[in-house]
Amino acid sequence: MSVRVGVVVFPGSNCDTDTAWALARAGAEPVQLWHESADLLGVDAIVLPGGFAYGDYLRAGAIARFSPVMRAVAGYAADGGLVLGICNGFQVLAEAGLLPGALLRNRTLRFVCRDVAIRAERADTAFTHRVPGGGVLRMPVAHGEGCYYADAATLDALERDGRILFRYVDAAGSPAPAGDRANPNGSLRAIAGVINAAGNVAGLMPHPERAADALLGSDDGMLVLRSLVDSAGERAGMIQHAVAG
Amino acid sequence: MNAEVIAARFRFAVNVLPKDGILDPQGRAVEQSLPHLGLAGVGEVRVGRRVELAVDAPDAAAARVVVDELARELLCNPLIEQYAIEPLGAISAARSGAGG
Repeated sequence: MSVRVGVVVFPGSNCDTDTAWALARAGAEPVQLWHESADLLGVDAIVLPGGFAYGDYLRAGAIARFSPVMRAVAGYAADGGLVLGICNGFQVLAEAGLLPGALLRNRTLRFVCRDVAIRAERADTAFTHRVPGGGVLRMPVAHGEGCYYADAATLDALERDGRILFRYVDAAGSPAPAGDRANPNGSLRAIAGVINAAGNVAGLMPHPERAADALLGSDDGMLVLRSLVDSAGERAGMIQHAVAG
Repeated sequence: MNAEVIAARFRFAVNVLPKDGILDPQGRAVEQSLPHLGLAGVGEVRVGRRVELAVDAPDAAAARVVVDELARELLCNPLIEQYAIEPLGAISAARSGAGG
């Protein structure tokens, strides 16, 4: 039985099909989750894909937060379920308070669509355990509001607790400060992705599903998606085992 | 017993701005365009959002409570934005209530 990973579809989602394709390539059975339904169909993990949920009106992710599916996702996350937000999905998770911080307008005011290099700061999470330690991943960003912001105390706490999951890095592999071209949006402390305290909810601005095959220029994104699918499978297996035992 | 409540409709504006100290690239872009207009002595430009809405409520105070909750929950992200509520007055009397 394959691992079932839900892909939430909001009005304005536009990476849901790509994400489902990449998840299937990672060995999962993708399951569409419609925004108006609070039924998560018993999935083993959930991905909030990129796009412009509800047109990104008001603020990116602000209106999506109140959809029936997101109320269910919040409960799913509180119960320990694995949730990954990609790009707009990350914005939705931040607006919903499931991840710390906020994603501001890019400092350049420009929509940025190009490959970036990110480093997984931890290789022991449900989302990164397949990434070779200290490995730099190449994948595209495509966003207008990706400038990670949190107040200094929150940033310090995130660093201290190892909750910065991905950082934008320059050619030398060093974190790229705001203003460096390797930091595409001006994110504070080069933050490209974060994880919650419990370790079951993560978000990142770059698109793993757009780096899912060498033909696309990189298949580094598969390391993230395979990590998620493996973790979901292990958890599902553990539950079945517990029931059987 | 007639359960009807006489309510009025109260209009408000909610003015949302980036919090002090938060980078405001839009404000900065506007500010940087000012020299092209030949203007001097203009600065501290902040770009925000104004939302106008109307609330049916028994009185202005009750209406404002609703607006305040809406502003905190949806219209403003308190991590990065601040808001101010601007009453625009009662625009009409409306009848509503359980009796219909």
